[in-house]
Amino acid sequence: MHIQLGWIDYTLLILYFGFVLGIGYVLKRTVSGSKDFFESGRSLPAWICALGFIGANLGAQEVMGMAASGAKYGIMTCHFYWVGAIPAMVFVAIFMMPFYYGSKARSVPEYLKLRFDEKTRGFNAMTFAFMTIMSSGISMYALAKLLNAILNWNFHLCIVLSGIIVLAYIFMGGLTSAIYNEVLQFFLIVFGFLPLILLGLHQVGGWSGVMSKLAPVATKAGFAEGAWAHSWTYTGSAQSNPMGVEWFGLAMGLGFVLSFGYWCTDFLVVQRAMAAKDMSAARRTPLIAAIPKMLFPALVILPGMIAIALHSAGNTSFQLPPKNGGLDYDMVVPTMLSYYFPTGMLGIGLTALMASFMSGMAGNVTAFNTVWTYDIYQGYIKKNGTDAHYLAVGRATTVVGILASMAAAYAAAKFNNIMDILQLVFAFVNAPLFATFLLGMFWRRATGHGAFFGLIAGTVAAAIHHGLTLPKQMLAEAAAALNTTLPDNLLAVGSNILDKAAGIKGGWLGHLTHVYPSEMAQNFWTAIYAWSVCFAATIVISLVTRQNKTDQELTGLVYSLTPKLTQHGVPWWKQPATLGIIVLAAAVVLNVIFW
Amino acid sequence: MQLDVRLPIGLLFSLFGVLLTGFGLVSDKQIYQRSLGININLGWGIVLLLFGVAMLALALRGRNKASR
Repeated sequence: MHIQLGWIDYTLLILYFGFVLGIGYVLKRTVSGSKDFFESGRSLPAWICALGFIGANLGAQEVMGMAASGAKYGIMTCHFYWVGAIPAMVFVAIFMMPFYYGSKARSVPEYLKLRFDEKTRGFNAMTFAFMTIMSSGISMYALAKLLNAILNWNFHLCIVLSGIIVLAYIFMGGLTSAIYNEVLQFFLIVFGFLPLILLGLHQVGGWSGVMSKLAPVATKAGFAEGAWAHSWTYTGSAQSNPMGVEWFGLAMGLGFVLSFGYWCTDFLVVQRAMAAKDMSAARRTPLIAAIPKMLFPALVILPGMIAIALHSAGNTSFQLPPKNGGLDYDMVVPTMLSYYFPTGMLGIGLTALMASFMSGMAGNVTAFNTVWTYDIYQGYIKKNGTDAHYLAVGRATTVVGILASMAAAYAAAKFNNIMDILQLVFAFVNAPLFATFLLGMFWRRATGHGAFFGLIAGTVAAAIHHGLTLPKQMLAEAAAALNTTLPDNLLAVGSNILDKAAGIKGGWLGHLTHVYPSEMAQNFWTAIYAWSVCFAATIVISLVTRQNKTDQELTGLVYSLTPKLTQHGVPWWKQPATLGIIVLAAAVVLNVIFW
Repeated sequence: MQLDVRLPIGLLFSLFGVLLTGFGLVSDKQIYQRSLGININLGWGIVLLLFGVAMLALALRGRNKASR
């Protein structure tokens, strides 16, 4: 696939880049200290933080990945939103934001230091810094690869240019600049992709047209007719739905452990809420963000469903590109862009796509900045510097962060399994983390040793579970490669097949205790084990170790020792609890409608 | 005083809208075969322009409120 751009498209793109840099330039004079640079001076209104909150999350991997999943799994993909995001966003707003925003912590790792101890903070800060750089690098790599593929632009030039633009606007305006651009990017993505859905729906014959064309897609894949059109109906057993997950693993693994682990503890998103101007605005940030978030499936998942419907119906010229004997689902969005958009609108669509790549990158870089400067540099390298010193370090860190991202982008280009490695690290380190925060915030007896060794135990548990299990597909592929067949009892598979299948996807302990119907099911259960072991180990170790923090030190950090927030003078419709209930009710309604 | 984010958003979308609408008016109708015969540049250009102007209006209102 190759897209030819016209002068109008280039004009629109250049205009966008001009505005991105202009925002950074204008904001430069508002940055007078490290608090402005890292925390936006805690001065932003809730709606801006909220759009930044989801804008940072709406990276291109999300946009393109969710469209791909929409084609592969249909409406079940919505679980990543209605189950895997909304409840956790409500929880972080109502129950956790008071401790993040109300304490003196300037970052999530710093909260761990105040609540527990230095080593827990150190562990979290290091792993987080590593993951942000890797994600930012992968975003950069994906952007360059895509632009190279569809526009024939030079790969290296794309890496360098995207790096320089993101660097420039963060360097000048800090977090505010990143958030402002995320808000701009949010609107660009909405207005850039909406016509795609409208045109797609128009051609496919509206919603009923999509549904009727998805039925043969499902039966051809060996599932019931409605498997692509229902979110919960076919989750009674993992075999009856395309995701290969059953309702319990879905609700616990995705809905509880992974989702709460991300939305409630990942500094990338929490940082946006912490930039709010006051406690009430900070708590409303995730709640306001939840409203567009739960409507996003229409914007990012529906295109995938339309694409596979059109592709399989075969009565139009719309075709998804092939890949390894199947279809290249990741190309759903670019294929639709080039299929429907004439020059002009194409410029807007490409701007939206680039905006989403850059917001994904910038979000990671600003989070990395803060954690590196406050938690690693100030924590271990230079404790008592002046504020101007830390501001300078923050700016220098932005340069280093971008350079490291570029290195990560080249690493991603060289090793094609780097995305799997990152997901693995994320699953091992992040899944147990929510247990630590939950106990830290709601159980005053939880100790520093308990938290640290509990986290380690959870991470080890995740690794062991991963080493003892495999997705079925890996065994099937290994057997095919060795020209043998799989036994009926998959656990009794021969060591030659197991050796071949083991690796990044699991099974590397040389013995299998379970074979999952899909990789996703394995991920969910790895998370469930990691969380449970961390939760139990933290409790046990806390009970046998001494609490080194006094009640006074824990005030503002633990629920039972923190004065309850009073809501005098806040109208009922602005109160977090009211908003939270409305958001949750709406999510329930969506689940029921698309059951 | 901090920059009101609605100002750059309003400006950019207004510019996008004007450019796209203008292009939609003068461009060859042939190119709209792929968008199912719909002049998407003209139609969506107007939508972008309206959004941009609305954002600018909100930004101006915010500024007046702040100065009062």
